[in-house]
Amino acid sequence: MTKKTIIQFDHVAKRFDGEIILKDISFAIERGKFYTLLGPSGCGKTTILRLIAGFLEPSEGTITFDGRMVNKIPPNKRQVNTVFQDYALFPHLNVFENVAFGLRINKLTNKEIEPRVKQALHFVNLDGYQNREIAELSGGQKQRVAIARAIVNQPQVLLLDEPLSALDLKLRTAMQVELRQLQRRLGITFIFVTHDQEEALAMSDEIFVLNQGKIEQSGSPRSIYDEPINRFVADFIGESNIIPGTMLKDRVVSFAGKTFDCVDQGFDEREAVEIVIRPEDLEIKPHGEGLLQVRIESQLFRGVHYEMIGKDEDGNSWMIHSTKSARIGEEIGLFFEPEAIHVMRHGETEEAFDRRLESYEGAGHD
Amino acid sequence: MTKKWTNTYLIPYVLWIGLFVVAPLAMVLYYSFFDIQGHFSFENYLRFFTPIYLKMAISSIGYAFFITFFTLLVAYPTAYLLTRMKNRRLWLMLIILPTWINILLKAYAFIGLLGTYGPVDTLLAMSGAGRRQILFTGSSFVFVSVYLFIPFMILPIYNSLEKLNSSFVEAAYDLGASAWATFRRVIFPLTLEGVKSGCQAVFIPALSLFMLTRLIAGNRVITLGTAIEEHFLVTQDWGMGSTIAVFLILAMVVVMALMGKGWLKRW
Ligand SMILES: Nc1ncnc2c1ncn2[C@@H]1O[C@H](COP(=O)(O)OP(=O)(O)O)[C@@H](O)[C@H]1O
Ligand SMILES: [Mg+2]
Repeated sequence: MTKKTIIQFDHVAKRFDGEIILKDISFAIERGKFYTLLGPSGCGKTTILRLIAGFLEPSEGTITFDGRMVNKIPPNKRQVNTVFQDYALFPHLNVFENVAFGLRINKLTNKEIEPRVKQALHFVNLDGYQNREIAELSGGQKQRVAIARAIVNQPQVLLLDEPLSALDLKLRTAMQVELRQLQRRLGITFIFVTHDQEEALAMSDEIFVLNQGKIEQSGSPRSIYDEPINRFVADFIGESNIIPGTMLKDRVVSFAGKTFDCVDQGFDEREAVEIVIRPEDLEIKPHGEGLLQVRIESQLFRGVHYEMIGKDEDGNSWMIHSTKSARIGEEIGLFFEPEAIHVMRHGETEEAFDRRLESYEGAGHD
Repeated sequence: MTKKWTNTYLIPYVLWIGLFVVAPLAMVLYYSFFDIQGHFSFENYLRFFTPIYLKMAISSIGYAFFITFFTLLVAYPTAYLLTRMKNRRLWLMLIILPTWINILLKAYAFIGLLGTYGPVDTLLAMSGAGRRQILFTGSSFVFVSVYLFIPFMILPIYNSLEKLNSSFVEAAYDLGASAWATFRRVIFPLTLEGVKSGCQAVFIPALSLFMLTRLIAGNRVITLGTAIEEHFLVTQDWGMGSTIAVFLILAMVVVMALMGKGWLKRW
């Protein structure tokens, strides 16, 4: 554990009535970074937040906060504040009193409370809203009050449980930017929960991809997007084409009946693998050119780009994102760079994956 | 057409209200202006402001207040525990069940329990506290009343606790509040509606108790309720009885208005 570490999970497991919800979770959270727990509904994201906040106790393993074991420390004794999914703003108190709640609990005087509440409201762009009732606020404003109520206590870590999921798309995008800026200005650790992969990619320093109570992969948005460890991550983080293939030797892979150069290595000879190519890495070429020939089966206009599904001679489906369009039934060529091919080993653990990448990328992978 | 139909449906309700609420109230008001000889006068109203009746009024309000207070004291924690029970429907049922038994039966049961040589008396004697008069005291009256009213206080409070979103409680803990601070600053204020309706449901009937007063307190507690009974059944002074009833009704209206406005909110 380094000095930068604020929260550490060591082999944490959580069971409810004998049913395993989290299995063997280990990770370290550093000070001042923006973390995202990303995963489908029911995978255990909220459970992890509740373990950090102190509403739950781990069934196994230890949770360390600032170097101290906190398994049994109750939530009101932790330097962590939560922005709840439903905001949980107190309906009998106005905006000022909601934000002042934690300060009043800590017995600060009115003179100390007022400037801090005002500053917190200023941070979330709600100047002048002190005297509003909660019922008078819009969803986005409630959201901000909930954040102000949490940050006014100057926690070391702020937990946010799907705080944007109730907002409409436009407001959500705006709030993503605001939250990210807020985190930078405050310089505290944010642990943000979402099931929306785009949100996670846009906001985070580091993402934990969760599935069925396990961390599948952790890393920067770029590394998770570019080098998904397995089918689940590849599928969950953005659209992808996942095709069975065979690793012929280092940097040579075969799939769809053809042989291609790639950049992956460290596999057994003739090992069966899965290859991932992102739809936006496929380039449309005239028929006969490129590396693969497909027949376009469907096409959707997605606003910025067209989304096409093509079938190759082997029967594999390829999703293509392109600003160029094609006609249904048209034969086209597909081109992609060797770097666009990502090879996944079946059942590889995150540690083995990292080791293999490091063996040929040097320190390039983080 | 719909309007006409709605009016038709209203007929039974209007008849009911007219015959059994408005007419009796009007009659009470009417009788209150006649003295015992049947002459029209305001004498009854003047008599109400003499020390005898004022003391009775104060004693009535005092007893109703104590009954409500102790009922709340027992009912709130009970309702709170109830919301955390596993089989709360069963427990709730057990709490409601006694209200199905006639109040007189329960009163007689208490006479048996609390009377001289009854089980409570005997227990006290055995424990060395000595025999003493339990029945026919003010405190036994309050005790039995509290027992009878508890379900009516528990139900509204239980309902408001059930409706209370548990994330408010978690938010309070998260912000550093202790269990007591969470109760005082979040749980209690957010269940105040239930407390208010419970207090109404207890205070108003407690103000006009007379049967129970007679049976449990004998003639040790004289309230407006027992005075009305006395005037109607014993002294035959219907005018004075009606006047007291008018003041009782006014008191109830005041209580409802106060509870409705939320004067407790400043807590
Ligand atoms: N208090 C609880 N008792 C029993 N099961 C629970 C409890 N809390 C959560 N679970 C279960 O744990 C799993 C993970 O829940 P949660 O952490 O809320 O998922 P997420 O936030 O990722 O959607 C779910 O299957 C849920 O039903
Ligand atoms: Mg959740």
